[in-house]
Amino acid sequence: MAFVELTSPPLPSNRVSETLGDFQAIAIGLGVTLKHLFQKPITMQYPEEQPVLSGRHRGRHELRRHENGLERCVGCELCALACPAKAIYVEGAENPPDNPISIGERYAKQWIVNMIRCIFCGFCVEACPTEAVQLKRVFELADYTRQSMVYTKEMLLVPNDQRGLQPEDSWLPG
Amino acid sequence: MISAAINWNIVLAVVTAFIKAFVIVNVLLVIFAYMTLTERKVMGRMQVRYGPNRVGPFGLLQPIADGIKLALKEDVTPSQANVWVHTIAPIMALVPALIIFAVIPIGPSIPVEQGACLPGSTATCWTWYIANVNVGYLYATAIASLGVYGIVLAGWASNNKYSLLGGLRASAQMLSYELAQGLAALTVVLMAGSISLYEIVGQQNRSGLPFAIWPPFIFGGTVAFVVYLIAGVAETNRAPFDLPEAEGELGAGFHTEYSGFKWSMFFMAEYVNMVNVSALAIVLFLGGWWPASPYWFGPTLAGILGPIFFIIKLALFMFFFIWLRTTLPRLRFDRLMALGWKVLFPVALANLVLTAIFVALWPNGVWPFV
Repeated sequence: MAFVELTSPPLPSNRVSETLGDFQAIAIGLGVTLKHLFQKPITMQYPEEQPVLSGRHRGRHELRRHENGLERCVGCELCALACPAKAIYVEGAENPPDNPISIGERYAKQWIVNMIRCIFCGFCVEACPTEAVQLKRVFELADYTRQSMVYTKEMLLVPNDQRGLQPEDSWLPG
Repeated sequence: MISAAINWNIVLAVVTAFIKAFVIVNVLLVIFAYMTLTERKVMGRMQVRYGPNRVGPFGLLQPIADGIKLALKEDVTPSQANVWVHTIAPIMALVPALIIFAVIPIGPSIPVEQGACLPGSTATCWTWYIANVNVGYLYATAIASLGVYGIVLAGWASNNKYSLLGGLRASAQMLSYELAQGLAALTVVLMAGSISLYEIVGQQNRSGLPFAIWPPFIFGGTVAFVVYLIAGVAETNRAPFDLPEAEGELGAGFHTEYSGFKWSMFFMAEYVNMVNVSALAIVLFLGGWWPASPYWFGPTLAGILGPIFFIIKLALFMFFFIWLRTTLPRLRFDRLMALGWKVLFPVALANLVLTAIFVALWPNGVWPFV
């Protein structure tokens, strides 16, 4: 264990040149701040100016559909199991054969994510065997009540007229 | 017949003084309000960000929003505080700051009737000051010293160790720096041969150059100006000498226990004191309304241009205060006292003695500059 010996710098022999050096240091500092006064601020004026998000940005969830309009989610609850924040609740149900909702034997009767708990880690996306869950590049999720932060399946499901689109603005692992 | 006894000249003078006082106090408070905005904006730009720009166009209504917020805030008095002193301390800090400006001439007097505005002349003049006290600088420095009572009493009355330390620092700092400041000002008083602020400015306009760049006394004025400026920053408790409030060490120093309007009064006092120190520096060293000298422009034009030049100089000074605050880190307390007592005080004293010798030997200045 070596100790660093703290020594104060030796006093300059010439007090006058020391004082002049101090003034010079202050002048250099003032020059730096004056130079920055004329630079363009790097602040992004957020509501007017939107940020350019990374291609891998993880935002709000989305439940996708197949090209034929059927839901990809088969209600397997793997996303809920994978979720480290326990934010996802899935209630599966038997898929009615005469009027199928998903392509599998089961479908998600309820698919609820609590956005207050969600940490946007994307594990649900990785866990999903049918690529039904995706995280979109949507981040403006603030709201006033806790209840409104619980997103239900109806809010997250892609509208039927946008089915089959491979959304450009969502994050897929790998 | 009581009306016959009324001297209308005196009534007019009193009414004019009241109106001027009203205008000056309000202008000072508006300057304070917009200085807070300017400071935040300029500091922001120096840190490569925008300052406040959301309230109104370019954030110009920000001071009004701040004022409403402060006025509506809860006014907390600590339970163990001395209530009376705690309440009166911010007033004691603010009032001296506001009344210093009474003696500061911001422009040369304009003769309203035939005649010249010289001492002893009877011509009626429009004056750019409220009172031309013949010991003007003495008045200004005396009132400025009163301001520290508000800070010390605020620190003491809060019954909080951080506040008390802040108040103690304020008193020690003001005492040490007032000496150097006073000596620097005395140098100018020697060169001008008067202690009246109007006369000091008049002297600089007569000789054609402000004392800060006046060669006849071997630039004694320049040294005094630098000393005065450093001491002035310390006097107003501004960075890098803002030890009485030193956030990092003392919470908020003397105003830790203040909130709402009482806190904003300390804030006002600080900014108005910045204006006062700048105005005094301009009057003593930068020739006041120079170069709008009545000898160059004639009395009327100089009287109109004078305040404009004064205000431009004032704005530059205020910018300088902000600039310093953005740039320099706070001094350690013992370094602050060392700077005051071991550097500024001896320098100011030596400068004063040298200037006194020059003034005694060559009352009109040293050859070849006369």
